[in-house]
Amino acid sequence: MAKVIVVTSGKGGVGKTTSSAAIGTGLAKTGAKTVVIDFDIGLRNLDLIMGCERRVVYDLINVINGEANLQQALVKDKRVDTLFILPASQTRNKDALTQEGVALVIEALKADGFEYIICDSPAGIEQGAMMALYFADEAIVTTNPEVSSVRDSDRITGMLSSKSYRSEKQMEPVKVHLLITRYSPERVEREEMLSIEDIDDILGIDLLGVIPESQDVLSASNLGEPVILNQESDAGKAYQDAVDRLLGTPRDLRFVTIEKKGFLSRIFGG
Amino acid sequence: MGLLQYFRKDKPKKGTAKLAKDRLQIIVAHEHSSFDVPSYMPELQKELVAVIRKYMDISSHDVKCEFNDRADDDMSVLEVNVTLPKNK
Repeated sequence: MAKVIVVTSGKGGVGKTTSSAAIGTGLAKTGAKTVVIDFDIGLRNLDLIMGCERRVVYDLINVINGEANLQQALVKDKRVDTLFILPASQTRNKDALTQEGVALVIEALKADGFEYIICDSPAGIEQGAMMALYFADEAIVTTNPEVSSVRDSDRITGMLSSKSYRSEKQMEPVKVHLLITRYSPERVEREEMLSIEDIDDILGIDLLGVIPESQDVLSASNLGEPVILNQESDAGKAYQDAVDRLLGTPRDLRFVTIEKKGFLSRIFGG
Repeated sequence: MGLLQYFRKDKPKKGTAKLAKDRLQIIVAHEHSSFDVPSYMPELQKELVAVIRKYMDISSHDVKCEFNDRADDDMSVLEVNVTLPKNK
């Protein structure tokens, strides 16, 4: 049974696209046919993060408008056989994203044998974001340990339970997961940053994973290679744990407590 | 924190996370209580006051309308409280 998973947040810049790329790649690595759809019409970026920007020919809006078929628009990943991306249109207006159109695309993807359909939501709560979450079976709410991000996450969680297909049809509610990104145990220790417990107290959503603040995330986007493929990196390992949990394998939280520093790094910082 | 940073005066303030959490808890609770209030509520309240006024001498402050969407229930409650002046 195919699963539609939206990666959303309300606030911009918290790591939705990075997380969509990483989690999509992680799911595809299990051999399951996976597609990541970029819903950020006019501000396409998933292609860059996944390193396939030069192979984009058609996009989601072309498919919705019947100007291209699905097979023409899907871009196959060069690293993972079962991974595809469906890019956003860079030129169209986001009103081109209709509910009927999105429904048709998702149905076609399911018919084509895709097991995971990851919807990378744009920021905000307008048309693009609402369309990204509308058909979701599960949601990954991406949150930074920071007040505006947590508030927006709460807002978008409300949308998931009132403005989605599942809520409108009074089906079982969308399963909502929390993914905390850019977490810094050192700053939490110094009480400068909201802790996992603080965020959980406020949002009350099941925790899927905690991604530590890491320079590897920027390096990965520089290279166009989802950070999960870098299994040397703490962020990559943390994303892998999140994917495992999403698939039902329990994993202990890692990288959430402070690492003891050696004498030299204490003196010189680092 | 390196040695150099240790002597700097403008170290980040300690304990700001606690304040962040408190502020968030208040604003989130407030937003939850007003999330699902239908947009027609002010209009409804105005019309209710007008109707009751036809029969009784009340002011708009005497009517309180509250809309509650109970998460654990499958119903919403519209509560209308009218404070009546004692009949003389």
